[in-house]
Amino acid sequence: MTEETVVYHRPRLLTDKPMHYCPGCSHSAINKILADTIADMGREDSVIGVSPVGCAVLIYDYINIDWVEAAHGRAPAVATAISRLRRDRLVFTYQGDGDLSAIGISEAVHAATRGENITIIFVNNALYGMTGGQMAPTTPIDMKTVTCPKGRDAATHGHPLDMLALLASLPGVCFATRENVLSPTSVRRAARSLRTAFENTLERRGTSVIEFMAACPTNWKMSPIDAVVHLTNRLKTLKTGRIK
Amino acid sequence: MSGEVVTRLMKGNEALALAAIAYGVDSYFGYPITPQSEILETLSAKHPETMTVLQAESEVGAIHMVYGAAACGKVAFTSSSGPGFSLMQGGISYMCGAGLPAVIVNVMRGGPGLGTIQPSQADYYQVVKGGGHGDYHLFVVAPSSPQEMADFLPLAFDWAFRYRNPAVILADGTIGQMMERVSLNILRHGTFDTTWAADGTLHKRSTYNRISSLRLDPADMEQVTVERFEKYALAEKNDARSEVFAVEDADTLLVAFGSVSRVARRACEIAAEEGLRVGLFRPITLWPFPAEALRKAATSARHVVCVELNMGQMIDDVRLSLSSTPLSESVLHYGHTGGITLSPSEIVTFVKTIS
Repeated sequence: MTEETVVYHRPRLLTDKPMHYCPGCSHSAINKILADTIADMGREDSVIGVSPVGCAVLIYDYINIDWVEAAHGRAPAVATAISRLRRDRLVFTYQGDGDLSAIGISEAVHAATRGENITIIFVNNALYGMTGGQMAPTTPIDMKTVTCPKGRDAATHGHPLDMLALLASLPGVCFATRENVLSPTSVRRAARSLRTAFENTLERRGTSVIEFMAACPTNWKMSPIDAVVHLTNRLKTLKTGRIK
Repeated sequence: MSGEVVTRLMKGNEALALAAIAYGVDSYFGYPITPQSEILETLSAKHPETMTVLQAESEVGAIHMVYGAAACGKVAFTSSSGPGFSLMQGGISYMCGAGLPAVIVNVMRGGPGLGTIQPSQADYYQVVKGGGHGDYHLFVVAPSSPQEMADFLPLAFDWAFRYRNPAVILADGTIGQMMERVSLNILRHGTFDTTWAADGTLHKRSTYNRISSLRLDPADMEQVTVERFEKYALAEKNDARSEVFAVEDADTLLVAFGSVSRVARRACEIAAEEGLRVGLFRPITLWPFPAEALRKAATSARHVVCVELNMGQMIDDVRLSLSSTPLSESVLHYGHTGGITLSPSEIVTFVKTIS
Protein backbone atom coordinates (compact mmCIF):
# COMPACT_ATOMS: atom_id res chain seq x y z
CA MET A 1 0.00 0.00 0.00
CA THR A 2 1.35 3.40 -0.91
CA GLU A 3 0.59 6.32 1.34
CA GLU A 4 -2.38 8.29 0.04
CA THR A 5 -2.39 12.06 -0.18
CA VAL A 6 -5.68 13.88 0.28
CA VAL A 7 -6.13 16.25 -2.65
CA TYR A 8 -9.85 16.87 -2.20
CA HIS A 9 -12.08 16.69 0.83
CA ARG A 10 -15.57 17.65 1.88
CA PRO A 11 -15.56 21.28 3.10
CA ARG A 12 -14.95 21.31 6.84
CA LEU A 13 -17.84 23.71 7.55
CA LEU A 14 -20.51 21.80 5.61
CA THR A 15 -22.85 19.89 7.90
CA ASP A 16 -23.90 16.28 7.26
CA LYS A 17 -27.48 17.33 6.54
CA PRO A 18 -28.53 16.33 2.98
CA MET A 19 -29.13 19.45 0.89
CA HIS A 20 -32.65 19.94 -0.44
CA TYR A 21 -31.51 21.62 -3.66
CA CYS A 22 -32.76 20.12 -6.96
CA PRO A 23 -30.42 18.17 -9.26
CA GLY A 24 -28.42 20.62 -11.37
CA CYS A 25 -29.19 23.61 -9.12
CA SER A 26 -26.20 25.92 -8.65
CA HIS A 27 -26.88 26.62 -4.96
CA SER A 28 -25.09 23.48 -3.74
CA ALA A 29 -21.85 24.42 -5.52
CA ILE A 30 -22.12 28.04 -4.29
CA ASN A 31 -22.78 26.83 -0.71
CA LYS A 32 -19.65 24.71 -0.99
CA ILE A 33 -17.52 27.62 -2.24
CA LEU A 34 -18.86 29.74 0.61
CA ALA A 35 -18.08 27.09 3.25
CA ASP A 36 -14.57 26.57 1.82
CA THR A 37 -13.77 30.28 1.62
CA ILE A 38 -14.84 31.00 5.22
CA ALA A 39 -12.77 28.01 6.43
CA ASP A 40 -9.75 28.93 4.28
CA MET A 41 -9.79 32.43 5.74
CA GLY A 42 -10.08 30.98 9.27
CA ARG A 43 -13.17 33.12 9.96
CA GLU A 44 -15.72 30.52 11.09
CA ASP A 45 -15.66 31.83 14.65
CA SER A 46 -16.01 35.48 13.65
CA VAL A 47 -18.50 35.47 10.79
CA ILE A 48 -22.23 36.23 10.75
CA GLY A 49 -24.22 35.19 7.68
CA VAL A 50 -27.61 36.68 6.83
CA SER A 51 -29.79 34.15 5.04
CA PRO A 52 -32.67 34.87 2.66
CA VAL A 53 -36.18 33.78 1.94
CA GLY A 54 -36.05 31.74 -1.25
CA CYS A 55 -34.45 28.47 -2.31
CA ALA A 56 -31.50 29.06 0.04
CA VAL A 57 -33.72 29.64 3.08
CA LEU A 58 -32.28 26.54 4.76
CA ILE A 59 -28.63 27.45 4.12
CA TYR A 60 -28.14 27.75 7.88
CA ASP A 61 -28.67 23.99 8.11
CA TYR A 62 -25.78 23.36 5.72
CA ILE A 63 -22.94 25.66 6.79
CA ASN A 64 -21.77 25.62 10.39
CA ILE A 65 -21.52 29.31 11.27
CA ASP A 66 -23.72 31.83 13.10
CA TRP A 67 -26.70 32.75 10.91
CA VAL A 68 -29.49 35.33 11.06
CA GLU A 69 -32.49 34.57 8.87
CA ALA A 70 -33.86 37.77 7.32
CA ALA A 71 -37.38 38.42 6.06
CA HIS A 72 -37.80 38.36 2.27
CA GLY A 73 -35.60 41.09 0.79
CA ARG A 74 -34.50 42.62 4.08
CA ALA A 75 -31.08 40.98 4.41
CA PRO A 76 -29.08 44.15 3.57
CA ALA A 77 -30.93 46.10 6.32
CA VAL A 78 -30.34 43.28 8.81
CA ALA A 79 -26.68 43.08 7.78
CA THR A 80 -26.33 46.89 8.03
CA ALA A 81 -27.07 46.77 11.74
CA ILE A 82 -24.90 43.72 12.39
CA SER A 83 -21.93 45.16 10.49
CA ARG A 84 -22.15 48.49 12.35
CA LEU A 85 -22.58 46.89 15.79
CA ARG A 86 -20.13 43.98 15.35
CA ARG A 87 -17.36 45.77 13.52
CA ASP A 88 -14.76 43.01 13.77
CA ARG A 89 -16.99 40.31 12.28
CA LEU A 90 -17.24 39.25 8.66
CA VAL A 91 -20.85 40.02 7.66
CA PHE A 92 -22.43 38.85 4.40
CA THR A 93 -25.88 38.31 2.89
CA TYR A 94 -26.87 35.42 0.62
CA GLN A 95 -29.81 36.38 -1.61
CA GLY A 96 -31.66 35.29 -4.71
CA ASP A 97 -32.78 37.55 -7.54
CA GLY A 98 -36.38 37.92 -6.32
CA ASP A 99 -35.10 38.70 -2.83
CA LEU A 100 -32.42 41.20 -3.88
CA SER A 101 -33.71 42.80 -7.08
CA ALA A 102 -37.50 42.85 -6.51
CA ILE A 103 -38.85 43.02 -2.96
CA GLY A 104 -35.51 43.99 -1.43
CA ILE A 105 -34.23 46.49 -3.98
CA SER A 106 -34.69 49.43 -1.63
CA GLU A 107 -32.69 47.81 1.19
CA ALA A 108 -30.01 46.66 -1.30
CA VAL A 109 -29.62 50.03 -3.03
CA HIS A 110 -29.53 51.99 0.23
CA ALA A 111 -27.12 49.63 1.99
CA ALA A 112 -24.84 49.85 -1.06
CA THR A 113 -25.29 53.63 -1.26
CA ARG A 114 -24.19 53.95 2.35
CA GLY A 115 -21.25 51.68 1.51
CA GLU A 116 -22.10 49.25 4.30
CA ASN A 117 -19.21 46.93 5.00
CA ILE A 118 -20.90 43.77 3.88
CA THR A 119 -20.60 41.28 1.04
CA ILE A 120 -23.79 40.63 -0.94
CA ILE A 121 -23.80 37.15 -2.51
CA PHE A 122 -26.40 37.40 -5.26
CA VAL A 123 -27.59 34.11 -6.78
CA ASN A 124 -29.40 34.88 -10.03
CA ASN A 125 -31.39 32.09 -11.67
CA ALA A 126 -33.65 34.52 -13.57
CA LEU A 127 -36.87 33.58 -11.75
CA TYR A 128 -38.49 32.76 -8.40
CA GLY A 129 -37.35 29.18 -7.78
CA MET A 130 -38.90 28.22 -4.46
CA THR A 131 -42.43 29.39 -5.24
CA GLY A 132 -42.60 27.56 -8.55
CA GLY A 133 -40.81 29.52 -11.24
CA GLN A 134 -42.56 32.89 -11.51
CA MET A 135 -41.09 35.79 -13.50
CA ALA A 136 -38.50 37.93 -11.67
CA PRO A 137 -37.06 41.36 -12.54
CA THR A 138 -34.06 39.44 -13.92
CA THR A 139 -36.07 37.19 -16.30
CA PRO A 140 -34.70 37.74 -19.84
CA ILE A 141 -36.89 38.85 -22.74
CA ASP A 142 -38.73 35.89 -24.37
CA MET A 143 -38.04 33.51 -21.45
CA LYS A 144 -41.19 31.62 -20.47
CA THR A 145 -42.24 31.35 -16.84
CA VAL A 146 -45.53 30.44 -15.16
CA THR A 147 -46.43 34.14 -14.86
CA CYS A 148 -45.29 35.04 -18.41
CA PRO A 149 -46.27 31.80 -20.18
CA LYS A 150 -45.83 33.31 -23.64
CA GLY A 151 -42.40 34.64 -22.76
CA ARG A 152 -41.34 37.93 -21.17
CA ASP A 153 -42.44 40.82 -23.32
CA ALA A 154 -41.00 44.27 -22.55
CA ALA A 155 -44.22 46.06 -23.48
CA THR A 156 -46.24 44.02 -20.99
CA HIS A 157 -43.78 42.95 -18.30
CA GLY A 158 -41.10 45.59 -18.50
CA HIS A 159 -37.42 45.18 -19.20
CA PRO A 160 -35.06 42.84 -17.37
CA LEU A 161 -33.05 44.46 -14.60
CA ASP A 162 -29.25 44.19 -14.50
CA MET A 163 -28.96 44.40 -10.72
CA LEU A 164 -25.18 43.97 -10.68
CA ALA A 165 -24.69 46.95 -13.02
CA LEU A 166 -27.13 49.01 -10.95
CA LEU A 167 -25.28 48.29 -7.72
CA ALA A 168 -21.87 48.76 -9.37
CA SER A 169 -22.91 52.30 -10.37
CA LEU A 170 -23.16 53.32 -6.71
CA PRO A 171 -20.15 55.04 -5.07
CA GLY A 172 -20.50 52.90 -1.92
CA VAL A 173 -19.77 49.73 -3.85
CA CYS A 174 -16.04 48.88 -3.95
CA PHE A 175 -16.20 45.55 -5.78
CA ALA A 176 -18.72 44.01 -8.18
CA THR A 177 -18.23 40.83 -10.14
CA ARG A 178 -20.29 38.28 -12.09
CA GLU A 179 -19.37 34.63 -11.66
CA ASN A 180 -20.71 31.15 -12.42
CA VAL A 181 -20.11 27.58 -11.28
CA LEU A 182 -20.42 25.80 -14.62
CA SER A 183 -16.88 24.40 -14.77
CA PRO A 184 -13.98 23.67 -12.39
CA THR A 185 -12.19 26.74 -13.77
CA SER A 186 -15.24 28.93 -13.11
CA VAL A 187 -15.59 27.53 -9.61
CA ARG A 188 -11.94 28.30 -8.77
CA ARG A 189 -12.28 31.83 -10.13
CA ALA A 190 -15.54 32.40 -8.24
CA ALA A 191 -13.86 31.25 -5.02
CA ARG A 192 -11.04 33.75 -5.56
CA SER A 193 -13.57 36.53 -6.16
CA LEU A 194 -15.51 35.62 -3.02
CA ARG A 195 -12.29 35.78 -1.02
CA THR A 196 -11.54 39.24 -2.46
CA ALA A 197 -15.05 40.38 -1.52
CA PHE A 198 -14.66 39.08 2.04
CA GLU A 199 -11.24 40.75 2.38
CA ASN A 200 -12.81 44.06 1.30
CA THR A 201 -15.51 43.62 3.92
CA LEU A 202 -13.01 42.86 6.68
CA GLU A 203 -10.93 45.89 5.66
CA ARG A 204 -14.14 47.96 5.67
CA ARG A 205 -13.73 49.28 2.12
CA GLY A 206 -17.46 49.40 1.36
CA THR A 207 -20.01 47.07 -0.16
CA SER A 208 -18.88 44.12 -2.28
CA VAL A 209 -21.30 42.37 -4.62
CA ILE A 210 -20.71 38.96 -6.18
CA GLU A 211 -23.35 37.74 -8.59
CA PHE A 212 -23.54 34.03 -9.39
CA MET A 213 -25.33 33.26 -12.65
CA ALA A 214 -27.20 30.14 -11.56
CA ALA A 215 -29.05 27.29 -13.24
CA CYS A 216 -32.58 26.25 -12.26
CA PRO A 217 -33.33 23.12 -14.33
CA THR A 218 -36.57 22.41 -12.44
CA ASN A 219 -38.24 25.73 -13.21
CA TRP A 220 -36.53 26.22 -16.56
CA LYS A 221 -38.13 22.82 -17.37
CA MET A 222 -34.84 21.45 -18.69
CA SER A 223 -32.52 18.59 -17.86
CA PRO A 224 -29.49 19.64 -15.78
CA ILE A 225 -27.27 19.24 -18.87
CA ASP A 226 -29.59 21.37 -21.04
CA ALA A 227 -29.66 23.99 -18.28
CA VAL A 228 -25.87 24.21 -18.39
CA VAL A 229 -25.98 24.69 -22.17
CA HIS A 230 -28.71 27.32 -21.82
CA LEU A 231 -26.78 29.23 -19.14
CA THR A 232 -23.55 29.01 -21.16
CA ASN A 233 -25.38 30.68 -24.06
CA ARG A 234 -26.72 33.42 -21.76
CA LEU A 235 -23.19 34.12 -20.55
CA LYS A 236 -22.24 35.14 -24.09
CA THR A 237 -24.16 38.37 -23.51
CA LEU A 238 -24.01 38.70 -19.71
CA LYS A 239 -20.23 38.34 -19.42
CA THR A 240 -18.58 36.77 -16.41
CA GLY A 241 -15.93 38.82 -14.63
CA ARG A 242 -15.26 41.86 -12.51
CA ILE A 243 -17.11 45.01 -13.57
CA LYS A 244 -15.87 47.18 -10.69
CA MET B 1 -23.47 60.45 33.37
CA SER B 2 -24.56 57.63 35.67
CA GLY B 3 -26.27 58.86 38.81
CA GLU B 4 -26.53 62.45 37.58
CA VAL B 5 -30.13 63.65 37.63
CA VAL B 6 -31.01 66.18 34.95
CA THR B 7 -34.18 68.15 35.56
CA ARG B 8 -35.54 70.55 32.98
CA LEU B 9 -38.44 71.34 30.68
CA MET B 10 -38.54 69.03 27.70
CA LYS B 11 -40.79 67.31 25.17
CA GLY B 12 -41.80 63.69 25.68
CA ASN B 13 -39.93 62.68 22.53
CA GLU B 14 -36.76 64.34 23.81
CA ALA B 15 -37.15 62.73 27.25
CA LEU B 16 -37.37 59.31 25.65
CA ALA B 17 -34.26 59.91 23.51
CA LEU B 18 -32.23 61.14 26.50
CA ALA B 19 -33.42 58.17 28.55
CA ALA B 20 -32.19 55.81 25.82
CA ILE B 21 -28.72 57.40 25.97
CA ALA B 22 -28.58 57.23 29.77
CA TYR B 23 -29.80 53.62 29.73
CA GLY B 24 -26.91 52.69 27.41
CA VAL B 25 -28.95 51.57 24.39
CA ASP B 26 -26.57 50.35 21.67
CA SER B 27 -28.51 51.44 18.62
CA TYR B 28 -31.42 53.36 17.17
CA PHE B 29 -32.70 53.07 13.60
CA GLY B 30 -35.50 55.36 12.53
CA TYR B 31 -37.26 57.22 9.75
CA PRO B 32 -38.76 60.71 10.13
CA ILE B 33 -42.50 61.00 10.72
CA THR B 34 -44.57 63.53 12.66
CA PRO B 35 -45.21 63.64 15.62
CA GLN B 36 -42.10 61.76 16.80
CA SER B 37 -39.18 63.02 14.67
CA GLU B 38 -37.56 64.67 17.72
CA ILE B 39 -36.46 61.21 18.88
CA LEU B 40 -34.25 60.73 15.79
CA GLU B 41 -33.22 64.39 15.87
CA THR B 42 -32.23 64.37 19.55
CA LEU B 43 -30.26 61.15 19.19
CA SER B 44 -28.54 62.49 16.04
CA ALA B 45 -27.59 65.72 17.86
CA LYS B 46 -26.32 64.03 21.04
CA HIS B 47 -24.97 60.94 19.25
CA PRO B 48 -22.94 59.28 21.99
CA GLU B 49 -19.91 57.35 20.78
CA THR B 50 -21.23 54.10 22.18
CA MET B 51 -24.50 54.29 20.24
CA THR B 52 -25.16 53.57 16.58
CA VAL B 53 -27.75 56.06 15.31
CA LEU B 54 -28.84 55.61 11.70
CA GLN B 55 -31.55 57.26 9.64
CA ALA B 56 -32.96 54.37 7.64
CA GLU B 57 -34.31 54.48 4.08
CA SER B 58 -37.82 53.57 5.32
CA GLU B 59 -39.64 52.20 8.32
CA VAL B 60 -39.30 48.79 6.68
CA GLY B 61 -35.53 49.22 6.61
CA ALA B 62 -35.51 50.56 10.18
CA ILE B 63 -37.40 47.65 11.75
CA HIS B 64 -35.21 45.09 10.00
CA MET B 65 -32.09 46.94 11.16
CA VAL B 66 -33.49 46.62 14.69
CA TYR B 67 -34.04 42.91 13.94
CA GLY B 68 -30.39 42.58 12.89
CA ALA B 69 -29.11 44.49 15.92
CA ALA B 70 -31.20 42.35 18.29
CA ALA B 71 -30.17 39.15 16.49
CA CYS B 72 -26.49 39.85 17.18
CA GLY B 73 -27.22 40.53 20.86
CA LYS B 74 -27.41 44.33 20.97
CA VAL B 75 -29.88 46.63 22.72
CA ALA B 76 -31.85 48.31 19.92
CA PHE B 77 -34.96 50.39 19.39
CA THR B 78 -36.89 52.35 16.81
CA SER B 79 -39.80 54.77 16.86
CA SER B 80 -42.52 55.83 14.48
CA SER B 81 -46.16 56.86 14.18
CA GLY B 82 -49.23 55.24 12.58
CA PRO B 83 -48.33 55.03 8.87
CA GLY B 84 -44.72 54.07 9.62
CA PHE B 85 -45.68 51.73 12.43
CA SER B 86 -47.95 49.89 9.98
CA LEU B 87 -44.96 49.36 7.68
CA MET B 88 -43.05 47.77 10.56
CA GLN B 89 -45.60 45.01 11.24
CA GLY B 90 -43.76 42.36 9.20
CA GLY B 91 -40.52 42.93 11.09
CA ILE B 92 -42.30 42.90 14.45
CA SER B 93 -43.92 39.55 13.62
CA TYR B 94 -40.52 38.13 12.58
CA MET B 95 -38.99 39.31 15.86
CA CYS B 96 -41.73 37.53 17.82
CA GLY B 97 -41.18 34.38 15.74
CA ALA B 98 -37.40 34.49 16.13
CA GLY B 99 -37.54 35.42 19.83
CA LEU B 100 -35.77 38.76 19.61
CA PRO B 101 -35.87 41.53 22.22
CA ALA B 102 -36.33 45.13 21.07
CA VAL B 103 -38.39 48.20 21.83
CA ILE B 104 -40.63 49.98 19.33
CA VAL B 105 -42.13 53.36 20.17
CA ASN B 106 -45.41 54.40 18.52
CA VAL B 107 -46.34 58.05 19.04
CA MET B 108 -49.90 57.77 17.74
CA ARG B 109 -51.52 60.16 15.26
CA GLY B 110 -54.97 59.97 13.74
CA GLY B 111 -55.75 57.48 11.00
CA PRO B 112 -56.50 55.43 8.97
CA GLY B 113 -54.37 56.33 5.98
CA LEU B 114 -52.34 59.49 6.09
CA GLY B 115 -54.98 60.73 8.55
CA THR B 116 -53.84 63.60 10.67
CA ILE B 117 -50.68 64.53 12.56
CA GLN B 118 -52.79 65.41 15.61
CA PRO B 119 -52.93 63.10 18.66
CA SER B 120 -54.98 59.91 18.63
CA GLN B 121 -55.30 56.55 20.36
CA ALA B 122 -56.71 54.77 17.33
CA ASP B 123 -53.80 52.30 17.00
CA TYR B 124 -54.94 50.43 20.13
CA TYR B 125 -56.29 47.42 18.22
CA GLN B 126 -53.24 47.25 15.97
CA VAL B 127 -50.70 47.37 18.78
CA VAL B 128 -52.52 45.49 21.54
CA LYS B 129 -54.31 42.86 19.45
CA GLY B 130 -51.69 42.21 16.77
CA GLY B 131 -51.03 44.01 13.53
CA GLY B 132 -48.54 41.54 12.15
CA HIS B 133 -49.26 37.95 11.19
CA GLY B 134 -49.25 34.93 13.47
CA ASP B 135 -49.77 33.98 17.12
CA TYR B 136 -48.03 36.58 19.25
CA HIS B 137 -48.40 39.35 21.80
CA LEU B 138 -46.37 42.47 22.44
CA PHE B 139 -45.75 43.96 25.84
CA VAL B 140 -47.48 47.35 25.55
CA VAL B 141 -46.91 50.13 28.07
CA ALA B 142 -48.65 53.51 27.76
CA PRO B 143 -46.98 56.62 29.26
CA SER B 144 -49.12 59.58 30.31
CA SER B 145 -46.39 62.22 30.61
CA PRO B 146 -42.94 63.14 29.26
CA GLN B 147 -41.57 61.88 32.60
CA GLU B 148 -43.06 58.46 31.92
CA MET B 149 -41.72 58.49 28.33
CA ALA B 150 -38.31 58.37 29.99
CA ASP B 151 -39.18 56.11 32.91
CA PHE B 152 -40.93 53.44 30.84
CA LEU B 153 -37.99 52.88 28.48
CA PRO B 154 -36.03 50.72 30.98
CA LEU B 155 -39.26 48.93 31.88
CA ALA B 156 -39.87 48.04 28.21
CA PHE B 157 -36.30 46.83 27.60
CA ASP B 158 -36.26 44.82 30.81
CA TRP B 159 -39.44 43.07 29.74
CA ALA B 160 -38.17 42.52 26.15
CA PHE B 161 -34.97 40.83 27.29
CA ARG B 162 -36.66 38.86 30.06
CA TYR B 163 -39.12 37.32 27.60
CA ARG B 164 -37.09 37.63 24.34
CA ASN B 165 -40.01 39.39 22.66
CA PRO B 166 -40.55 42.93 21.37
CA ALA B 167 -42.11 45.54 23.64
CA VAL B 168 -43.97 48.69 22.58
CA ILE B 169 -44.11 52.09 24.23
CA LEU B 170 -47.50 53.36 23.05
CA ALA B 171 -47.70 57.11 23.38
CA ASP B 172 -49.73 59.65 21.47
CA GLY B 173 -48.91 62.96 19.84
CA THR B 174 -49.87 64.82 23.01
CA ILE B 175 -47.26 63.00 25.11
CA GLY B 176 -44.60 63.19 22.39
CA GLN B 177 -45.01 66.90 21.77
CA MET B 178 -45.96 68.39 25.15
CA MET B 179 -43.25 70.00 27.27
CA GLU B 180 -43.13 69.33 30.99
CA ARG B 181 -40.61 69.23 33.76
CA VAL B 182 -38.73 65.93 33.52
CA SER B 183 -36.23 64.53 36.00
CA LEU B 184 -33.99 62.16 34.10
CA ASN B 185 -32.84 59.60 36.60
CA ILE B 186 -32.16 56.61 34.38
CA LEU B 187 -29.52 54.10 35.40
CA ARG B 188 -27.45 52.21 32.86
CA HIS B 189 -28.87 48.77 32.14
CA GLY B 190 -27.34 45.68 33.71
CA THR B 191 -26.07 42.66 31.81
CA PHE B 192 -28.65 40.95 29.62
CA ASP B 193 -28.37 37.28 28.75
CA THR B 194 -27.43 37.17 25.06
CA THR B 195 -25.89 33.70 24.93
CA TRP B 196 -28.49 32.85 22.26
CA ALA B 197 -27.37 35.65 19.92
CA ALA B 198 -25.77 35.14 16.50
CA ASP B 199 -22.88 37.42 17.36
CA GLY B 200 -20.09 35.50 15.64
CA THR B 201 -18.34 34.54 18.85
CA LEU B 202 -18.04 30.80 18.44
CA HIS B 203 -14.80 30.78 20.42
CA LYS B 204 -16.90 31.56 23.51
CA ARG B 205 -19.39 28.71 23.07
CA SER B 206 -19.66 25.16 21.82
CA THR B 207 -22.45 25.46 19.23
CA TYR B 208 -23.41 27.81 16.45
CA ASN B 209 -26.30 30.18 17.04
CA ARG B 210 -29.08 30.53 14.50
CA ILE B 211 -31.76 33.21 14.58
CA SER B 212 -34.78 32.01 12.62
CA SER B 213 -38.57 32.03 12.72
CA LEU B 214 -38.96 29.22 10.14
CA ARG B 215 -40.50 25.99 11.44
CA LEU B 216 -41.41 23.69 8.56
CA ASP B 217 -42.48 20.83 10.81
CA PRO B 218 -46.02 21.54 12.12
CA ALA B 219 -45.34 19.77 15.43
CA ASP B 220 -42.23 21.90 15.93
CA MET B 221 -44.14 25.05 14.93
CA GLU B 222 -46.88 24.28 17.44
CA GLN B 223 -44.36 23.46 20.15
CA VAL B 224 -42.45 26.77 19.90
CA THR B 225 -45.73 28.68 19.76
CA VAL B 226 -47.07 26.93 22.86
CA GLU B 227 -43.78 27.67 24.63
CA ARG B 228 -44.08 31.34 23.65
CA PHE B 229 -47.59 31.44 25.09
CA GLU B 230 -46.32 29.89 28.32
CA LYS B 231 -44.11 32.99 28.58
CA TYR B 232 -47.12 35.18 27.82
CA ALA B 233 -49.13 33.45 30.57
CA LEU B 234 -46.34 34.28 33.00
CA ALA B 235 -46.41 37.90 31.85
CA GLU B 236 -50.19 38.08 32.21
CA LYS B 237 -49.82 36.82 35.77
CA ASN B 238 -46.96 39.08 36.82
CA ASP B 239 -46.55 42.13 34.64
CA ALA B 240 -49.88 43.94 34.38
CA ARG B 241 -49.73 47.46 35.82
CA SER B 242 -52.38 50.00 36.57
CA GLU B 243 -53.25 52.87 38.88
CA VAL B 244 -56.46 54.19 40.37
CA PHE B 245 -57.80 57.55 41.54
CA ALA B 246 -60.82 58.06 43.79
CA VAL B 247 -62.31 54.64 43.07
CA GLU B 248 -63.50 54.01 46.64
CA ASP B 249 -67.27 54.49 46.67
CA ALA B 250 -67.17 55.74 43.08
CA ASP B 251 -70.53 55.68 41.41
CA THR B 252 -69.08 56.06 37.95
CA LEU B 253 -65.72 54.59 36.95
CA LEU B 254 -63.79 56.17 34.10
CA VAL B 255 -61.27 53.94 32.31
CA ALA B 256 -58.60 55.76 30.32
CA PHE B 257 -54.96 55.29 29.30
CA GLY B 258 -52.09 57.56 28.24
CA SER B 259 -52.72 61.29 27.90
CA VAL B 260 -56.46 60.79 28.28
CA SER B 261 -56.01 59.35 31.78
CA ARG B 262 -54.81 62.77 32.93
CA VAL B 263 -57.80 64.53 31.42
CA ALA B 264 -60.06 61.94 33.03
CA ARG B 265 -58.40 62.41 36.42
CA ARG B 266 -59.10 66.14 36.26
CA ALA B 267 -62.70 65.27 35.35
CA CYS B 268 -62.91 63.20 38.57
CA GLU B 269 -61.75 66.22 40.57
CA ILE B 270 -64.28 68.55 38.94
CA ALA B 271 -67.03 65.98 39.46
CA ALA B 272 -66.13 65.69 43.17
CA GLU B 273 -66.44 69.47 43.52
CA GLU B 274 -69.95 69.11 42.12
CA GLY B 275 -70.80 66.29 44.52
CA LEU B 276 -70.48 63.41 42.04
CA ARG B 277 -68.54 60.30 42.92
CA VAL B 278 -66.41 59.57 39.86
CA GLY B 279 -63.24 57.47 39.95
CA LEU B 280 -60.52 56.60 37.44
CA PHE B 281 -58.92 53.33 36.49
CA ARG B 282 -55.80 53.78 34.34
CA PRO B 283 -54.26 50.73 32.67
CA ILE B 284 -50.49 51.41 32.49
CA THR B 285 -49.86 48.20 30.56
CA LEU B 286 -52.34 47.58 27.75
CA TRP B 287 -50.94 44.10 27.23
CA PRO B 288 -51.03 42.39 29.60
CA PHE B 289 -54.33 44.13 30.36
CA PRO B 290 -54.85 44.64 34.12
CA ALA B 291 -58.22 42.87 34.16
CA GLU B 292 -58.18 41.75 37.78
CA ALA B 293 -57.25 45.21 39.04
CA LEU B 294 -60.06 46.69 36.92
CA ARG B 295 -62.64 44.33 38.44
CA LYS B 296 -61.45 45.35 41.88
CA ALA B 297 -61.58 49.06 41.03
CA ALA B 298 -65.11 48.68 39.67
CA THR B 299 -66.49 47.10 42.86
CA SER B 300 -68.70 50.03 43.82
CA ALA B 301 -69.40 51.39 40.34
CA ARG B 302 -72.82 51.42 38.72
CA HIS B 303 -71.54 52.93 35.46
CA VAL B 304 -68.27 52.41 33.57
CA VAL B 305 -67.18 54.86 30.89
CA CYS B 306 -64.24 54.04 28.66
CA VAL B 307 -62.75 57.35 27.57
CA GLU B 308 -60.54 57.10 24.49
CA LEU B 309 -59.27 59.15 21.55
CA ASN B 310 -60.81 56.73 19.06
CA MET B 311 -64.21 55.28 18.16
CA GLY B 312 -64.02 52.70 20.96
CA GLN B 313 -61.21 50.14 20.97
CA MET B 314 -59.98 49.57 24.54
CA ILE B 315 -63.64 49.26 25.48
CA ASP B 316 -63.51 45.65 24.19
CA ASP B 317 -60.89 44.76 26.82
CA VAL B 318 -62.82 46.65 29.49
CA ARG B 319 -66.01 44.70 28.67
CA LEU B 320 -64.09 41.42 28.57
CA SER B 321 -62.50 42.16 31.95
CA LEU B 322 -65.91 42.87 33.46
CA SER B 323 -67.69 40.01 31.68
CA SER B 324 -68.20 38.13 34.93
CA THR B 325 -69.95 41.16 36.47
CA PRO B 326 -73.31 42.82 35.73
CA LEU B 327 -71.39 45.92 34.63
CA SER B 328 -70.26 44.39 31.34
CA GLU B 329 -73.61 45.15 29.73
CA SER B 330 -73.45 48.84 30.57
CA VAL B 331 -69.90 49.89 29.69
CA LEU B 332 -70.10 53.05 27.61
CA HIS B 333 -67.61 54.77 25.33
CA TYR B 334 -66.89 58.45 25.29
CA GLY B 335 -64.25 60.11 23.18
CA HIS B 336 -63.16 61.99 20.12
CA THR B 337 -61.23 60.91 17.08
CA GLY B 338 -59.57 62.62 14.15
CA GLY B 339 -57.09 64.56 16.29
CA ILE B 340 -59.58 66.37 18.53
CA THR B 341 -58.53 66.10 22.17
CA LEU B 342 -60.80 65.91 25.20
CA SER B 343 -61.58 68.45 27.91
CA PRO B 344 -62.30 67.44 31.53
CA SER B 345 -65.57 69.39 31.59
CA GLU B 346 -67.09 67.54 28.64
CA ILE B 347 -66.37 64.21 30.37
CA VAL B 348 -68.18 65.51 33.47
CA THR B 349 -71.10 66.62 31.31
CA PHE B 350 -71.29 63.13 29.79
CA VAL B 351 -71.18 61.49 33.23
CA LYS B 352 -74.10 63.67 34.31
CA THR B 353 -76.20 62.47 31.35
CA ILE B 354 -75.87 58.84 32.41
CA SER B 355 -76.09 59.09 36.21
